[in-house]
Formats: sequence, structure tokens, C-alpha cells
Amino acid sequence: MNRRNFIKQSAFTTAGTMLIPHFLKAYESQMLGKGPASNGKILVVVQLSGGNDGLNTVVPYRNDIYYRERPTIAIKPEKVLQLNDEIGLHPAMGPLKALYDEGLLTVINNVGYPNPDRSHFRSMDIWQTASDSDKYVNTGWVGRYLDASCAGKAQQPFRTIEVDDTLSLAMKGSSLNGLAVVDPKKLYNQTRSGFVTGLGKEKAADKGMHEPESVAYLYKTLAETVSSADYVYDKVSRTSRAVSGAPSSTLLTTYPNHELGNRLKTVSQLIQSGVETSVYYVSISGFDTHINQPGQQERLLGQYAEAVGAFMTDLKTAGRQNDVLLMTFSEFGRRVKQNASNGTDHGTANNVFLIGGGLPSRRVLNEAPNLAKLTDGDLTYSVDFRQIYATLLHDYLGADDVAILGRKFDGIKFV
Amino acid sequence: MDKLTKQQQTRYLFARACFGATSAELEEATRKPLRKVVRQLFGDSKTVSELSVVKPEENETKKQLKGQFRDGQLDKDMLKERIRDNAEKVRDLNLQWLDQMATSKAALREKMALFWHGHFACRAQGRNPLFMQQYANTIRQNALGKLGDLLMAVSKEPAMLQFLNNQQNRRNAPNENFAREVMELFTLGRGNYSEHDIKEAARAFTGWQFTPEGQFVFRERIHDEGDKTIFGKTGAFKGEDIIAMLLENKQTARFITSKIYRFFVNETEDKKQVDALAEQFYKSGYDISDLMETIFLADWFYDAKNVGAHIKSPVELLVGLRHTLGVQFDQPQPQIFVQRTLGQLLFYPPNVAGWPGGKNWIDSSSLLFRMQLPNYILKATEVTVQPKEDGDVNTQLLARKGNAKFRTTVNWADFENAFTKSSDTELIDSIATVLLPFPLRPDQRTLLESQTKSGQTRPERIQTLTAALMSLPEYQLT
Repeated sequence: MNRRNFIKQSAFTTAGTMLIPHFLKAYESQMLGKGPASNGKILVVVQLSGGNDGLNTVVPYRNDIYYRERPTIAIKPEKVLQLNDEIGLHPAMGPLKALYDEGLLTVINNVGYPNPDRSHFRSMDIWQTASDSDKYVNTGWVGRYLDASCAGKAQQPFRTIEVDDTLSLAMKGSSLNGLAVVDPKKLYNQTRSGFVTGLGKEKAADKGMHEPESVAYLYKTLAETVSSADYVYDKVSRTSRAVSGAPSSTLLTTYPNHELGNRLKTVSQLIQSGVETSVYYVSISGFDTHINQPGQQERLLGQYAEAVGAFMTDLKTAGRQNDVLLMTFSEFGRRVKQNASNGTDHGTANNVFLIGGGLPSRRVLNEAPNLAKLTDGDLTYSVDFRQIYATLLHDYLGADDVAILGRKFDGIKFV
Repeated sequence: MDKLTKQQQTRYLFARACFGATSAELEEATRKPLRKVVRQLFGDSKTVSELSVVKPEENETKKQLKGQFRDGQLDKDMLKERIRDNAEKVRDLNLQWLDQMATSKAALREKMALFWHGHFACRAQGRNPLFMQQYANTIRQNALGKLGDLLMAVSKEPAMLQFLNNQQNRRNAPNENFAREVMELFTLGRGNYSEHDIKEAARAFTGWQFTPEGQFVFRERIHDEGDKTIFGKTGAFKGEDIIAMLLENKQTARFITSKIYRFFVNETEDKKQVDALAEQFYKSGYDISDLMETIFLADWFYDAKNVGAHIKSPVELLVGLRHTLGVQFDQPQPQIFVQRTLGQLLFYPPNVAGWPGGKNWIDSSSLLFRMQLPNYILKATEVTVQPKEDGDVNTQLLARKGNAKFRTTVNWADFENAFTKSSDTELIDSIATVLLPFPLRPDQRTLLESQTKSGQTRPERIQTLTAALMSLPEYQLT
């Protein structure tokens, strides 16, 4: 929907004066002046929803148990894109193999947490909040990072952006939430209705009146949304004009035309326009492969590899490859043994990918899954995912990992 | 702040105890003493109509269907279709309950049941509509009765026993999940029991199982008959004994009262008020109606600091809008879409702790969507937002593709009726007193007036103003 249509359809068409919210301009310049210290590093989280089958993604192609337990869905050794003499990537992941060969991919095996939960929503909760599996937490780990990095300073939701219509629990902090943006222009248009900006304006003019905290909270969220949308759109449109006059021309790479491709393209666009965002969050779903896994997973992994390949190429061309680290996880892996429908059921430990970010060159960080030593037929985890979060927060983003995660987790030397 | 007017008090009561009032309900109730209105709310909630999407004898669990598939009674496509039917019935159950909330006279009962759904949170597992139907009817039937009856009944619901893995709790292989959540989330709250109490209570709950037909059964053969020591008492306790002990403990009254207070009165609890309510709740033998009546009749309930302090949950928002304007959806599916997009889908709470509520409902995207919702529902504005998929291949059919419009029928005539006496200049404030917890500020009034066009008929003007008022951030509050 373009802006004109929006205004036409909206009940809130109004006088032109309402469209220039003075207080928001002031709010914005205040924000731009005093940003929280940032080391310029950017983290991009890609979530594979549904529980991606890690064993058919990073394949133990020399392991007899793997072939015995998966008679019809195992990836044949000759098809695997070898990483070392134990494991290799799914054949659909050519672009990822290319990144490995360039020295940009790190694989961490056997990532999980104690007392794993096999339900999607619960396990996703645990990964997003970084809580223990028997505790319930209402804030996400990225949201708490946002809280911590904006503490005592201007409130800047756009410091963490989820490229989606709705916000994940991961992005919700206790005093601040990240910003959900699929398309900077669409969000900008939504907040440009005279009604929305008019509300922000009249509220600002209203001083010293008693009101419940709930009202203040709603208006604060609204003002932050309007100004963040304005800031992000302004940055993006300014860079695209400066380069060649046509939008999106900051991007020098062609992205695959599917959801993940489009969303990573948006992330790149935001990064290159100089938006001061430290963490981006993107998800892709469809990995819940109980039946007929092979074709479905091949398609999804192919899309993933293609999109990430394009993204890293784009950043390389822009000279930003070392500033951007992409992490990929899924809420759980799947059972070692295939089921009767050519699929796999919910399991536990899984692999995590780290790509770019100026990490030491080309490696598989730890031991391959031990298929002879399972826990209830599932892989046994050896790395707590929160150790990865702690390392990303502390060593990469330069944040206070203990405050954000609630306790100290041993870092892993990958940065 | 000044004391509330009678009309403000009445509006606030309906907003908190029910899902808001229509303009006619409000007009009528404002003429009566508050005490009488409260009594009438309870009177209207005396009866309960059962939700029904599946008959017990028709129900087939996924496990049974898979059995029939193995025996050759179903082919692959039929199996798929039957499993899909089951998931659709859970969706129909959601919509049926939503209709009850929006249209039934027993609104207080339904509001209370919504509270209990968040408290005794239980999620649709294995797409079994019968189990969810029984669970929903159990919390609705016992919503205003004795807590002891409700706790016992809901604890014995197959949906709950399944959700909390008590089927796997056996003499020689205990599963403590059920015992832990019953203490942590349903009765005492964290920190008021020991790990030892949980281990021992789990033994007492062994044998609490259910049949595929949805019947609770006590299976003696897997029950641990030995002595258990819980809260310092020793005996060969069974599950019922644990429930009784939990009710004996005053902490249960304190924990539940505090949660009710935060849901119905204010997220920030007033310790003195809650202590007094908890004491009374305990003494009354956990009479829920008695507790709620005390709250709704208390002077402090109508304190200005409580008014507008509650952020509507997505279900409260959607149901309230439907109720006030008598909205009917031509196709009910968009109501699932709204619940999913805003983060509260009935029968799918995020976890056993229920929906966190309060400020958690609001972020940049949910607030913009909420402010746009009246336009989607009343003006069939195009919807371009897409909710996230939850990763589970089985719930995909609850998803909806974007780029569609909601088609609804609105009962404007009844709504407009209440404003025949208001002059043109009074009109906006008259509508605001029905819809919002606070009077309009002058600058708000100017902005809203600017939404209307000259030459609009009075009904058109009312409709424009109503949609605009419902789009104010203040409409998110009660």
C-alpha cells in the first residue's frame, strides 16, 4: 500500500500542519546526538523456526550409525559438501560451502541446554529468553541488551531491529522493545498519518497533567515508534538518493527473490545506509519436517544458503564483511532415528553457524555429534547456547553479558 | 483527581468485570445504584451454556487415527484430513468461546473464565478438540464457584494432565512436572515449597491418568502407595490429599488473590487491600463470587488511580469492540488472525505460566496494529500485516495469508440510539464517555473533530468519531 492509498483509506486524513510534528523533530535530534556507545559491530540473528534437522544439515558422512538410523533420508556420502573428513554440508548449501572455503564460516556442534524441552513454542521461548528450561521469563535476550545499552540515555528502539511485521519475544526488554520493520517505507507511511503524528504532537504539548503510568507508556511507545520510523526511513532514502538517485542502489548484489532473501536484503540496506543498529533479527519457518523431509529441507536449506551467500557477498563488496556477524540457530534438532513417514521428530542438540564478523578463518569449532552416546535417542549437548550468547555479547558487541543473561556463562573462544 | 461520576463508575465496572458495555447497557445501569448493578452482573452469570464443537463419542485422538491408518482403515489422505479436522475444531472452539464473551449475558463469568485460562494455562496438544472443550467448559462452569472445586476439576482434566506430562508420572519413573506447576503456578507461588515437597507430591500424583475418551482415571497399579512427607506431614497421600493440603495453606489464598487483584484492579498491588481480600477469601472457603463481589463493591476499586491503569489484552480488545458495537464477522477466521498478530490466541498460551499481560502487550508493531484495528473491523481497510508462524507444522492452518479485508456487520443503529439527546457539540464527549476511561482533553477533541467532514449526516458523524475514538491510545485501557 503506498502512502496516498493509506491516507485515503485511513480515517485520519487531516490538515497538513499535523504532518509536521515539532516535538518529534526535537526528540529525534536529541536521539541522534547522544547515542549509546557502540563498537560498530553488528550482529544478525537468523532463526530457523520449526526445529531444523541438524544432522542432515551438517552431515556426519563417515558415520555408520547415521546411515543405519536413516535408511531413506540420509544424505549420501558422495553428495555431501565436505568440511573435513568427518562432516560436510547438505548438497543444497553450495553458497555456504563457498563461505567456508573463504574462511568465513564457523560451525559449532552439539549446542543445547539442560533438560531440553521438545515443544516448539517452549523451546523457542527458552532460546529467545535465554532462561533455564524450568523458568519463565518475559523478556528476551536481545531486548535486555537493548535495555542495557540504552540505560540512562535516549530511548532508541531502532538499536535492535527485527525485519518482520511483529516482534519476537527475543526483542522485548523490560523498559524498551526493539523495532519491527519489514519495509522502512511502509512503517514510515503508517506513522505518517496525520492522526498518529498529531497524537504525538498534542501529547507533547500537554504538560504536568496527572495521568496513569499506562497512558504515559502508550504515548512513549508511540513517540518512539514514530521517531524511529522517521529516522530509519530518512537514513535509507538519503543513502539511496546519494548513490544514484534510485532507491536500493546501495546494494550491489542481486538477492534471491524469496522471503529470507528479501529480508536479508533489507538488513543490508539498513546497514549500508548507516542506521545505528547493533542487532538485527530475522526468521524463516517451515523446518518442522515430520513427513517427507528430504524435498522440503532441501528447498529451505537451499534458500537459506543462497540468501546468506548473497548477503555476505554484498557486505564484502561494501567492505563491511568484518563488521557483521551472522548467527543461525534453530530451537532444537531432530531425533537421530528417522520416523515411518520419511521425516524426523523433535529432538534436542543442534548446530549453530557463525558467519563473517572478522572471526578467525574457516573452522569447525568442536567435536562432531557422538551418535554412539545418545540421551534417550537424542544427541547429547556439550555447548550451552547461552555460552554463545555470552561470547557474542561480551567479546563481540562489548556488552555486559552477566547483567543481560542474569549470570556468568563461560565464553567460547570464537571471536 | 476528582471523584468519578456515576457514569464513569458504571463504565469502569463493566470494563473490568465484563468486556465493556453497550451504550444502552450503560445508560440503563447508570440509573441504578451500583450495588444493584453488581448484583445483576452476578445474576446474569448464574447459568452457563456449554461450548460444543465435538461430541465425546465422535472424538478420535491423533494416536487413534494413526492406529486406524496402520490397520488400513484410513488411507494417507484420509488420515491427513482427519488430523486437520481436529485442528479446525480447536479453532472453532476458540471462535465459539469468543462469541460467548462478546454476546452472552454471562459476561462476568466469561471474563472470569478468561482469567482462569491464563492462570490454569493449558495449551492445545495433539490437536485434541475434545480435551480442550472439556477443559474450557470446566473453567467456565467453575469460574465463579469455589476455588477448591475448580482446582480439583481442572487438575483432573485430561488436557491438563497431558500438558503437564502426568501420564508419564509413574511409581518407578516419576515425572515431577505436574506437581511442580500445581505448586508454583496454580497455588503457592515460587519460594513457598521445597524441592523435597515437589518430589514427594509427584509420588502422590502417580496414577492420575486419563483415557483416550477424555475420562479421568486413577490407575492404582502405577500409583506409589508408600508414605510421603510433604509440608512436614507424613502419610500414604494421594493426589486429592495434596490438593487439600494446598488449599489449607493460606499462601494459596494470598497468591491467587494477588493475581486476581493485578488482573481486575491494578498491576501494582496495594498490599493492605490484597491482604484483607486474601484473608476473607480464605475464611469464606475460597468462594470466588464472594471475593469478586467484595472487590466490585469496594470504594477503593473506583479510585481514580485504578481507572485506565489496565492495558486490555488482545482478546479483551477484540471482544470489547465487538460487544460495544454488536459486530458480527461474516467470516470468523480474521478473529484468529487478530489474536495471533497481537499475541493472545485462546487455547495457545505461550507456556504454562500464561500470558504475562500488562505492558508486555505493547510494542511498536502491536500498538500500531491496535490503533488501526477499528479501521480494519469497521471500515474494511486493507490489512497488510502477517503474523509469524510458530514453527509447528500442525498449527499452520491457523495462519492466514495477508492482504485481505475483514468483512463485518455493525449494529450502528443501536449504538447511535443512545446519543439522540446529545447536541452536535456534545456528541463527541458523549461517545467518549462510553468508550474511554478518561474525558477528552481539548487538544484531543480538536484532532478528533478534524476527522469529520462537513456535510456528514449525523449517523456518518457518529461512525467517524467512534472509529477515531477507538483508535486513540486511551482506548487500549480500561
